Amino acid sequence: MSERLLEIKNERLSFFTPAGEVKALNDVSFSMDQGDVLGIVGESGSGKSVTAYSIMGLTAHPGRLIGGEINFNGHRIDLLQEKDLRKIRGNEVSIIFQDPMTSLNPVYTIGDQITEVLLLHTHCSKKQAKDKAIELLSLVGINEPERRVRQYPHELSGGMRQRVMIAIALACEPKLLIADEPTTALDVTIQAQILELMMELKKKLGMSIIMITHDLGIVSTICEKIAVMYAGKIVEYGTIDDIFYSPSHEYTKGLLNSIPKLTEVGHEKLIPIEGSPVDMLKPPLGCPFAPRCKSCMKICLDQMPEYTYLSDVHYSACWLLQKKEFDKLQEDTQIG
Amino acid sequence: MGNYIFKRVFYAILTLAVVITITFFLMYLIPGGPFLAEKAPSQATLDAMNAKYGLDKPLIVQFKNYIVNMLQGDFGPSIKQRGRTVVQIISSKFPVSARVGGLSVAVALLLGIPLGSFAALYRGKWIDKAINFISTFGIAVPSFVISTVLVIIFSINLKWLPTFGLTSPLHYIMPVIAIAFYPTAYISRLMRSSMLDVLGQDYMRTARAKGLSPFKQLFKHALRNAILPIVTYLGPMIAYTLTGSFVVERIFTIPGLGNEFISSITNRDYPMVMGTTIFLAAFIVLLNVVVDIVYKLVDPRIKYQ
Amino acid sequence: MQLDVSNFVPASDEEKQSLVTMRDSIGFWKDGLHRLRKNNVAMISLVVIVIVMVLAFIVPSFYPYDYKEQIRGNENLAPMGYSVKEQASIDSGDFVFPHFLGTDNLGRDLSVRIMMGSKISLLVGIIASAIIMMIGSIYGAVAGYFGGRADQIMMRIVDMIYTVPDLLIIILLIATLKYPLKDLANTNPAFAWINTVGVGLICIFIVFALLYWVGMARQIRSQILSLKEQEYVTAARALGASHARIIRKHLLKNCIGLIIVTTTLQIPSAIFTESFLSFIGLGVSAPMPSLGSLAATALGGITSYPHRLLAPSIMISLIILSFNLFGDGLRDAFDPKLKN
Repeated sequence: MSERLLEIKNERLSFFTPAGEVKALNDVSFSMDQGDVLGIVGESGSGKSVTAYSIMGLTAHPGRLIGGEINFNGHRIDLLQEKDLRKIRGNEVSIIFQDPMTSLNPVYTIGDQITEVLLLHTHCSKKQAKDKAIELLSLVGINEPERRVRQYPHELSGGMRQRVMIAIALACEPKLLIADEPTTALDVTIQAQILELMMELKKKLGMSIIMITHDLGIVSTICEKIAVMYAGKIVEYGTIDDIFYSPSHEYTKGLLNSIPKLTEVGHEKLIPIEGSPVDMLKPPLGCPFAPRCKSCMKICLDQMPEYTYLSDVHYSACWLLQKKEFDKLQEDTQIG
Repeated sequence: MGNYIFKRVFYAILTLAVVITITFFLMYLIPGGPFLAEKAPSQATLDAMNAKYGLDKPLIVQFKNYIVNMLQGDFGPSIKQRGRTVVQIISSKFPVSARVGGLSVAVALLLGIPLGSFAALYRGKWIDKAINFISTFGIAVPSFVISTVLVIIFSINLKWLPTFGLTSPLHYIMPVIAIAFYPTAYISRLMRSSMLDVLGQDYMRTARAKGLSPFKQLFKHALRNAILPIVTYLGPMIAYTLTGSFVVERIFTIPGLGNEFISSITNRDYPMVMGTTIFLAAFIVLLNVVVDIVYKLVDPRIKYQ
Repeated sequence: MQLDVSNFVPASDEEKQSLVTMRDSIGFWKDGLHRLRKNNVAMISLVVIVIVMVLAFIVPSFYPYDYKEQIRGNENLAPMGYSVKEQASIDSGDFVFPHFLGTDNLGRDLSVRIMMGSKISLLVGIIASAIIMMIGSIYGAVAGYFGGRADQIMMRIVDMIYTVPDLLIIILLIATLKYPLKDLANTNPAFAWINTVGVGLICIFIVFALLYWVGMARQIRSQILSLKEQEYVTAARALGASHARIIRKHLLKNCIGLIIVTTTLQIPSAIFTESFLSFIGLGVSAPMPSLGSLAATALGGITSYPHRLLAPSIMISLIILSFNLFGDGLRDAFDPKLKN
């Protein structure tokens, strides 16, 4: 039985912009155990990155946590001071970002940037840090690490830079690695290599991973559990089989349908999800997906749906499920 | 890298050659020659003086002679200041200008960089607005206006600071402020926008995600990147400081090279004008080359060329 | 919570639409002007500019004193002061228009001289900027459009002009071109206008036309470089449009925002340079006043008549400052990158 690593309860987060309060996260709850690989899927603006950043206390100004609890590795992140959060960042939880081209400082060498995090969080000497940096570089599959360690970011390709980011993230052996769309900015072939690397490392080091992406293909490769987010809420959560083979929420179904299939014969049209995302300044009272949902009912527009559990781990927030239960109840009472 | 230095030096010399040629031939457009300002001498005296200073030979020959002499370090005697050569005059006046100018550059950098950085860090707060206000003034007001306002307030009304000459440290205060005002304002604005740019970069987010303190984030990661455009500005700033000295030296009667330059033009002291122009132009052009090389050194991205 | 059948009736499209809000898109000019009008600093600067223009161009024609007029007995009057003769007129009931800023050592009213000085400075700034705009944008557009070898050569030239220490050359040029130009004016009647405009001013214009357009050229060129890859250029070429037509109609038109902003910001820069030159005596020639030359002549009397120095100095600073702030406002309003 693995330990509970992360538990988020009813997180609410808003950005207080000059235009008004943007409610980025609207009651988000989920948990992770040691060794889990969770995928958070959603379109831009759904709140997936915001959720992940909040675990590290990295929420950018003018964002602020306005409700809920974040429990990570025994810390109450939502209650910690900045100086204590700094001890955890890069140390117990690390993050790799989307664009490796811009995430590395152009004026320092690769080696400097790796040893920096080692010298910050561990008690090793400069020499030890340098050796460890070289070790890490070969761990992430970079050849000639002794030479590379003295190079600058612009001398490396995109794929290699992302490997360096992974090396920096793993340097202090964190319990949790957050990957925010790590392959979006890379070529498809490099993408595959990076994902393979991450799976290898997970096996070797036994760490947990949160993979944030809008690409269902990636999710199917590496994740065990998936949370589907829309407009600041988790609309469906389940194992990879649950989501891919028995999707329940209309949004999830829409996402799966919109993937063009290579095996189709004939000229099938692509099926997009109609409409555009909601205005987060004035989020609706009901289900945020309602305007774009082909099965939208009157109640969907007025009231936020509750979670319906389809199994121990699989749940979804949709009035259709409630309707099914309601219909069943009606039948039962009519029969009985 | 060596290739780059060679190219830059080559173009610098080319530009200098153009400047020298233009200057030389321009001086001769002035009718009357250098002696006409004085009480009209007899033709014989005129001929003798022309011969003495080599002014009676054809233009091209004079040009050739000049270049040959120049390359040997001889810029000729001053026509107006009898008994002194151009080189002597420049070497006595230039250090004065260099001291004032150097101080101004130092002040501009030491004030401008922190001011700009603070404005960026506290963007939108009152300190940013205050710095923005002052710097907007700084880039709009010409140096002679600043000089005269300073003199009126501190010399005439308050009688705190002396106006003329450079005999005590107090004498340096107003001229340096007058020259440094514009570059300080410019640098602080440049620094602010550069710093804002850098602070919004992804690698700053990486630095924060590593758990670095705000102090380290600023001084190790941000400053090192933000300061690059300032290095690029060093060239124009030095040129500005030099030319700013023309006016400031006049107002405060500082015995510097700028003052000398203006005087020698009005006096039509050809060798002096030539010598000073070439010296100042060479100084600016070569300094620009140095700054370019320094920039390539501090920005590793360019090393690759 | 009570649920009943009516809740589960499908929602209609109209009901769904009401939840989707889309922001309207506005046109480029309207959007920019709207933002400009909201910018208080820029609007105040615009008002100051207009006031200065009125003072400089319109008021002197109606002013009771002429800038050249030397009135005996009126020398060195303090601001709002009157000479003995004028005082006598007032006492006998006549109205004497006040000398708001007093007079100079030749009995000329200072206020009108400052207004004339502003006019000269503004004219120089505007004309010089116009020259720079024309040369710079055409040069930059041609270099950017044709690219390749032509572009390389043109930009090499620009680089060299950039490295030349401009102020040194200006001073030299002005000091030396004075004489041949004066000769030309005096010997050839076709060039007599040189004398009225003033040799110093002409030299300033010549120098600006020779050296100062390079900044504008570089900016236009880089804008053109990115614009010419756009599809409407390829379309125009496919339809057989000539190079000149493409540059004129399509490319430069899209640079108008950049051109306006850069030219507006060039004006205070030109005025800055002109006042500097006039201050060291190389700009306009007497009796034509320029704010710089007014400041220069007032320098000698700095202890006794500080107002003679302060007035033109403040005026120059005001003009430059307001143009700078307005130009900044224009740039903020029309730079699409700053859109929130």
